[in-house]
Amino acid sequence: MYIIIIGGGRVGYYLLKALLKEEHEVLVIEKDARVCKTITDELGSVCTRGDGCEAATLAEVGTGRADMLVAVTGDDEDNLVACQVAKHKHNVPRTIARIRNPQNAPFFKKLGVDVTVNTTDIIIEVIEHEVPTHPVTELFTLEEQGLIIVDVKITEESNTAGKMVKDLSLPKESKLALIIPHEGGTHVPAAQTTLQVGDQIIAITPSQYKEELEKALGGV
Amino acid sequence: MKVVIMGCGRVGARLASLLDEDGHQVTVLDNDTYSFRRLPPSFSGTALYGNGTDEETLKKAGIEDADVFVALTQGDNRNVMSCQIAKHVFKVPRVVCRIYDPLREEMYNALGLETLSPTKIFAQMLREKIEGEG
Repeated sequence: MYIIIIGGGRVGYYLLKALLKEEHEVLVIEKDARVCKTITDELGSVCTRGDGCEAATLAEVGTGRADMLVAVTGDDEDNLVACQVAKHKHNVPRTIARIRNPQNAPFFKKLGVDVTVNTTDIIIEVIEHEVPTHPVTELFTLEEQGLIIVDVKITEESNTAGKMVKDLSLPKESKLALIIPHEGGTHVPAAQTTLQVGDQIIAITPSQYKEELEKALGGV
Repeated sequence: MKVVIMGCGRVGARLASLLDEDGHQVTVLDNDTYSFRRLPPSFSGTALYGNGTDEETLKKAGIEDADVFVALTQGDNRNVMSCQIAKHVFKVPRVVCRIYDPLREEMYNALGLETLSPTKIFAQMLREKIEGEG
């Protein structure tokens, strides 16, 4: 696969190395001549100096035959424009943008970027998972269906401890998929199942009902 | 008309004060409050500190019921991004985008944005001036 990376910063550099290792044809476009030289000195001619948002720069490096363009500069707006130029001027089938402001994800999708990778959200998710006081963690997003799979912990503060599944007022379209009790093992929740402190519940819900589900289960 | 201007540089501040004088309801945004010194004392609109590519800031600036949005920051990409958000997300009826780079300007114009390239316009004006007097 021919993959073009915009931005030779830390993310770009490690991505380049990883993709080269997987034997893809990869090229980085980087504005800063010094950064570009460092990469070229170490890894050979895999970096071109230029502005990845310019159609001319992209034309020079043969973007027309690229399978994918990944924009990982530190600025959301630059990543957006690089992806849009690649898509509209060079018909790149798949564009990926790194974003720093989590709110930009839906805008970028709407404006034609195929995939957004949000470093801030990834870090927050990891932290949320590690901090035990936080009862709900997003595990996975089914983007096309607008659903999320979450992990909810029943803590001592949860007013749902001791309640039966049938007595919970879950938001619309939300389902409990699995209960992982404190002592281990797994079981599929039935109407008569009683929730216990220390239970971990895997649930699925429309993304807009995340907070309501948190209330219905965590009771905080 | 309700107008939101992003970027209070020389052009932004001047446009804001002209529209204000004409009686329009003007909000001018900048991510550096020092830029607001360019607004004349008579300016009766709103000067708002914040980043115009940020949804919250745009809402605070009243983008949801704005009639016009103009992007005049120094960054072409920033202008392009906020104009697309204004047009496609907030459905602002009229969105005008300054893009210095003529190639980028042509592309976004083709994609349906109302764009202006000062580079192109000014070069053209200078050519006419020079050739006209030659």
